[in-house]
Amino acid sequence: MSDTEERRGGLVGYVLLLPAGAWLTLFFVVPLVTLVSTSFYDPAGSLELGYRVTGQVTNYASVLSDYSEQFLRSLGYAATATLVCVLLGYPLAYAIAFKAGRWRNLMLVAVIAPFFTSFLIRTLSWQLILADQGWVVDTLQFLHLLGEDGRLLATPVAVVTGITYNFLPFMVLPLYASLEKIDPRLIEAGSDLYASPFTTFRTVTLPLSLPGLVAGTLLTFIPAAGDYINAQLLGNTRTQMIGNVIQKLFDGGSYPEAAALSVTLMAVIVVLVLAYVRRAGTEDLV
Amino acid sequence: MARRPHHPGGDTAVDRLARQVAQELGGAPGFSRRSFLRASGFGALVLGSGGLLAACGTEGTQQSADSCTSEDLSDSEKKLIFSNWPLYMDEKGKRYPTLEDFQSETGIDVTYNTDVNGNNEFFAKVRNQLGACEPIDRDLMVLTDWMAARMVGLGWLQELDTDAMPNVSANLVESLRSPDWDPDRKHSVPWQSGLTGIAYNSKFTGKVSSFEELLTRGDLKGKVSLLNEMGDTMSFLLTMTGADPSDFSDDEWGAALERMEEAVASGQIRQFTGNDYTRPLNNGDVLACEAWSGDIIALQYDNPDIEFVVPEEGMVLWSDNMLVPNKAAHKANAEKLMDYYYEPEVAARLAAWVNYICPVQGAEEAMAEVDDSLVGNPLIFPTEEDLAGTFTFMSTDTKTREGFEKDFNRVIGA
Repeated sequence: MSDTEERRGGLVGYVLLLPAGAWLTLFFVVPLVTLVSTSFYDPAGSLELGYRVTGQVTNYASVLSDYSEQFLRSLGYAATATLVCVLLGYPLAYAIAFKAGRWRNLMLVAVIAPFFTSFLIRTLSWQLILADQGWVVDTLQFLHLLGEDGRLLATPVAVVTGITYNFLPFMVLPLYASLEKIDPRLIEAGSDLYASPFTTFRTVTLPLSLPGLVAGTLLTFIPAAGDYINAQLLGNTRTQMIGNVIQKLFDGGSYPEAAALSVTLMAVIVVLVLAYVRRAGTEDLV
Repeated sequence: MARRPHHPGGDTAVDRLARQVAQELGGAPGFSRRSFLRASGFGALVLGSGGLLAACGTEGTQQSADSCTSEDLSDSEKKLIFSNWPLYMDEKGKRYPTLEDFQSETGIDVTYNTDVNGNNEFFAKVRNQLGACEPIDRDLMVLTDWMAARMVGLGWLQELDTDAMPNVSANLVESLRSPDWDPDRKHSVPWQSGLTGIAYNSKFTGKVSSFEELLTRGDLKGKVSLLNEMGDTMSFLLTMTGADPSDFSDDEWGAALERMEEAVASGQIRQFTGNDYTRPLNNGDVLACEAWSGDIIALQYDNPDIEFVVPEEGMVLWSDNMLVPNKAAHKANAEKLMDYYYEPEVAARLAAWVNYICPVQGAEEAMAEVDDSLVGNPLIFPTEEDLAGTFTFMSTDTKTREGFEKDFNRVIGA
């Protein structure tokens, strides 16, 4: 009898999986297969004549030689932004979890609040803030922190600032979730056992918040590496990221190369993430 | 964000995190890597004519009048679906006066969509249907010369009945009557033309009179923007390096690219932009830029410091054309609309609002009634003499054009 029950339970499980499974097959698996096959189109083809799949890897070779600069730049910008997010986000999440008291919910709302406005509009408003004739640049020039003809907008600094700003909540929220879960008595026990606050933090709080830190860095780094809006709106010709390249290739009709770059980006990120997660020893998170 | 419970007992941190993140990702479209992938996935889906078929490559998409015949239902259906660029039709509040007059005059119900934001983008949107001879649910669309040429070449457009458009036959300006890609204007009717030149903000900088200056003058360093429209920008570079933009060799193309590469490497160019160059020009982040004439006239109403100059190298002349795609079911209605916009009074009312070059003879006389100040404006009613120093980018087949676009994108940094 328990056998039938189990079997029925199993069946229900599959039925429940069906809608989402069908959805993902239609809108993720099929496009992914098409994407990969497009990346192997023979570049000799054209729209008029059609493309043939000849199993060549010429598309990969040519995009890697043409766009390795933008590739490395994307990874560099994403890593920098992620690091800054950790430096800004950890203290913030810590303060919300342990020190905010009755302000906690308000502060959480404040972290989320920017999402009530469109991503594009938020990034566009950075154009106004960092504008050459704006007060930020004027102030920095007055303080001689920025040269007379220096600028912020259309520089790498602006791009990384934009990415950091846009992805900060993705760092703060998982960090907060794991910090908030820590039993305060563990920290008390640390000081009862004569550990300095720093030692307590290093040996108790930090390891316990590690899952949040890992999740936060992934949620920040992965979308940041593929982002193209910040580079487009806040960057210049020499700060273009791999997302911009893919978008331009797609726009210009070079679908096979755009596909090859997309597949490469995906593969590189999967490899980086796997290596990182393995290293962090938290496989159960992924 | 949904209200968070104070004591989320039983939930693991990961559960809550997943929920929070799911909410966040859902709340910010176009934002996450996942939706980025989804977007490129959609693109890929569009590429293959139906999922797995693409695994074996794609069919050719060439059509002809024989392979793809269209039926005209205009007699029984008094309607028309019209796709145009934003800000390309006279507006009054939320209404389109000339278009409304057309509707009441003819009884044809026009659905007007401003869903053309870029030639390439629009092409990507419709290429799958048109390539397979399927309707795109549009009867009339407006695309720039080179894209129109590409569609003529692909056989994706219906042939127009010139007899049904007497105003067009009578009033189309001489200079636009026979482009090399459609010598008898059998597939296209110009909507508006425009010039690409230089604009600068005279509040912050002195006159910029040539492209050479734009790309080299020290005081403009990092304050110059160029258009990411390959044909326009490279036409100037080709002229600068001594080639003819409408007929150049591979070597000449290479030289022009190299010149472009130099300018990018020197840090002179701040950005390559689409329509979005007007705001930085207006507020001084960009001091001088490559610009479209109509945009600048419109900008000058608000900011008299903005100046448009005819560069010493000349200007690019382009047109946007009304086209009827295959399988559009209301061709005769579309022809009525095209003919209507070639009545000089209507053309003048349109030109007074959009400020681009009016392709209709007699509109300048009619303009006296509409807006006296625009009569004689060389950017709206240029004389043959004004147009003598203009050039257009070579029209080529799709494959060559793709190669140019790719080279251009590589050099401009993306």
